[in-house]
Amino acid sequence: MAQDKPKNPEKHSTFIPKEKKSTKPFHDTPMLDQLESGPWPSFVTGLKRLAHNNNMMVDLMGQLEHSYKTRLGYWKGGTVSVFGYGGGIIPRFSEVAEMFPESKEFHTLRVQPPAGNHYTTNMLRQLSKSWEKYGSGLIAFHGQTGNIMFIGTTTENTQHFFDEINEYGFDLGGAGPCVRTAMSCVGSARCEQSNCNEQKIHRTLVNNFIDDMHRPALPYKFKFKVSGCPNDCMNSIQRSDFAVIGTWRDDMQVDQKEVKAFIKSKGRKYVIDNVISRCPTNALSLSDDDTLNVDNRNCVRCMHCINVMTKALAPGKDKGVSILIGGKRTLKIGDTFGTVIVPFMKLETDEDYEKIKEIASNTIDFWAENGLEHERCGEMIERIGLVNFLEGIGIEVDPHMISSPRTSSYARMDDWDQEAEKWRQRKQQAAG
Amino acid sequence: MAEAQAAKKQPPRPPIESGCPDGFQYMHPLMIKNYGNWKYHDRPRPGVLHHVAHSGDEIWTVRVGTQRQLGPYEINLLCDIIDKYGEGYVRFTIRSNMEIMVSSWEKVEPLIQALNDAGYPVGGTGNSVTMISHTQGWLHCDIPGTDASGVVKALMDELYEEFIHEDMPNRVHITTSCCQINCGGQGDIAINIQHTKPPKINHDLVANVCERPSVVARCPVAAIRPAMVNGKPSLEVDEKKCICCGACFPPCPPMQINDPEHSKLAIWVGGKNSNARSKPMFHKLVAAGIPNNPPRWPEVATIVKKILRVYKRDAKDWERVGDWVERIGWPRFFELTELPFTKFHIDNWRGSRNSLNASTHIRF
Repeated sequence: MAQDKPKNPEKHSTFIPKEKKSTKPFHDTPMLDQLESGPWPSFVTGLKRLAHNNNMMVDLMGQLEHSYKTRLGYWKGGTVSVFGYGGGIIPRFSEVAEMFPESKEFHTLRVQPPAGNHYTTNMLRQLSKSWEKYGSGLIAFHGQTGNIMFIGTTTENTQHFFDEINEYGFDLGGAGPCVRTAMSCVGSARCEQSNCNEQKIHRTLVNNFIDDMHRPALPYKFKFKVSGCPNDCMNSIQRSDFAVIGTWRDDMQVDQKEVKAFIKSKGRKYVIDNVISRCPTNALSLSDDDTLNVDNRNCVRCMHCINVMTKALAPGKDKGVSILIGGKRTLKIGDTFGTVIVPFMKLETDEDYEKIKEIASNTIDFWAENGLEHERCGEMIERIGLVNFLEGIGIEVDPHMISSPRTSSYARMDDWDQEAEKWRQRKQQAAG
Repeated sequence: MAEAQAAKKQPPRPPIESGCPDGFQYMHPLMIKNYGNWKYHDRPRPGVLHHVAHSGDEIWTVRVGTQRQLGPYEINLLCDIIDKYGEGYVRFTIRSNMEIMVSSWEKVEPLIQALNDAGYPVGGTGNSVTMISHTQGWLHCDIPGTDASGVVKALMDELYEEFIHEDMPNRVHITTSCCQINCGGQGDIAINIQHTKPPKINHDLVANVCERPSVVARCPVAAIRPAMVNGKPSLEVDEKKCICCGACFPPCPPMQINDPEHSKLAIWVGGKNSNARSKPMFHKLVAAGIPNNPPRWPEVATIVKKILRVYKRDAKDWERVGDWVERIGWPRFFELTELPFTKFHIDNWRGSRNSLNASTHIRF
């Protein structure tokens, strides 16, 4: 275990430098010190290493220990920004600066990582070097919205640091009522279950709204997340206002030879108990000759069987995405999931990408017009009803949007005939 | 004089609004070459993924747990290892694990050895307990009721073996949140602050610091109203209506919601983001009133470990915590975990009747 004496103590997560370059003496941190033991790499040891280098981190550790002792936080917000932008920085001023003056300003810059969170070691070192120059040295990879969080610097240095990294290709993310930094999964870069080009969708969407990110003027935050398949590794249905999830509409791919090989290695009982009987729509059956039959019309693309039999099963070839709008956590009306707004669309041609940009900008425009202050898109939909939202963004109703039709009769249905006629015409158009 | 100063002053540099950087410039060459053309994957051992492309190319990924808050020493230490034993390419998962990609199986074991020798655990794949999703807490947030990094470190010490092995029925995602906004998100097990007393108002500051109408509007139960207190415009809270959610605190810091004694921790289970098998689920309350007890929060760890033990023993392969509870029912969950069931478990928020049992489906 990590607690045994390391083979190479100079190159170990428990290493503490002998030389102290910071001029300020350390505060006593008996509570934090208790978080240095144990097998998991300790952030406290990391903070101590930084405190050997700069006085800001000496006082930061003092304030953190003070929080541990008193069980209260001592940061307050404010307004800090770089030239030309209105957001992207989380200002933090200490409420206990008299005790810990060196960390009285301890702002965070939210920076957008490359789509898919890919880095070369050179780029990681370069970012770290820039931050050591202008900030505390402490970086969080990544925050819950998906930003690289450069934690801890003065008001003045936010500008210098931003200027430096902006020159080599990095830009601030969102903070406040604006379009926020997006997230996308590893997807097509390394995952056979991907159904779309996550890199391209992520960058097309978020870079199309860069003005709405840097100059917060929306009712509240708006997040895009992109997952390549319904496993939704980016948690997009629950954590984003605009979730793009890869899916397919033809038959899933079955390699019967590999099905047989899988049954041979795992046993028939395992396959029945863990694959066949776990299909949520009973769309799978195993034949007597150990081949798999799939009722593709009733497959809901849940991914379970594909997750278990990675070699034998794969998504179909007619790939595209579903779009769900309005996910968020508790505040203020309670949790909301994203709702299906586009059951399926192709994302291959330039026109397809124009179309998804249009859906996103119609959504943001309508919400910017109609959302109340501090009201997320999903909360607005809850308040005005899905149909009003759909009419606002110019999308027709579709039975894929609901779990069931209404159960309450309390609604006016004066123009039923016209609405039914619209449906018939749409069906004819689709057929024609 | 003033002119000379103005002349010396550089004009401010306009930002380059480049937005989200292109990931391809930092991507492993095999990932670029086989982009969109992968065939299947398997896991040769815990902490390692092996992906095979239609072209026949193979790539191995070693997943390593970190403390998320990294300084130059940690970054250079990990990058040195990646340069020496890997191929210089790395990415991060949504749960702050590092993924190091290499093009041959022979490189995997030496890489793991070097990471372990430096004190970094390899794991977090498949049916393990992976890294806890992590917010900012006392280190940097303006409204936290507790710390984040400390809770994560304390729990990951306890769950270390579950991170480096794949012994759970399915993957376990644990989340933490330092206030009821729940930045940590949905989790198989979520550990979140739950306030139990209304805000304490500093009436001297409210008028200067808070935009009063927007604070009134922020309250989910309309318990806040404008009032004159000691001759000053302020806000008052109807404490009978107040649900102690803390929504008023961010827009109005003089309405202090955090309390060293009365800000407690609550544990929620069964959140699931994936569509696999069942539809996505929100996590549900199972325990509250747990003391916020730094630096190691032992009472939280005891309950989390108890839930994990029961889940590991009782759930079927591939069942997430939420899937498992759906199958065995909530009465059995409380029976097996020996957690008390109280009136607070019964929802009374909007839509809550959907969470009541409107059937005779009862297990004995």
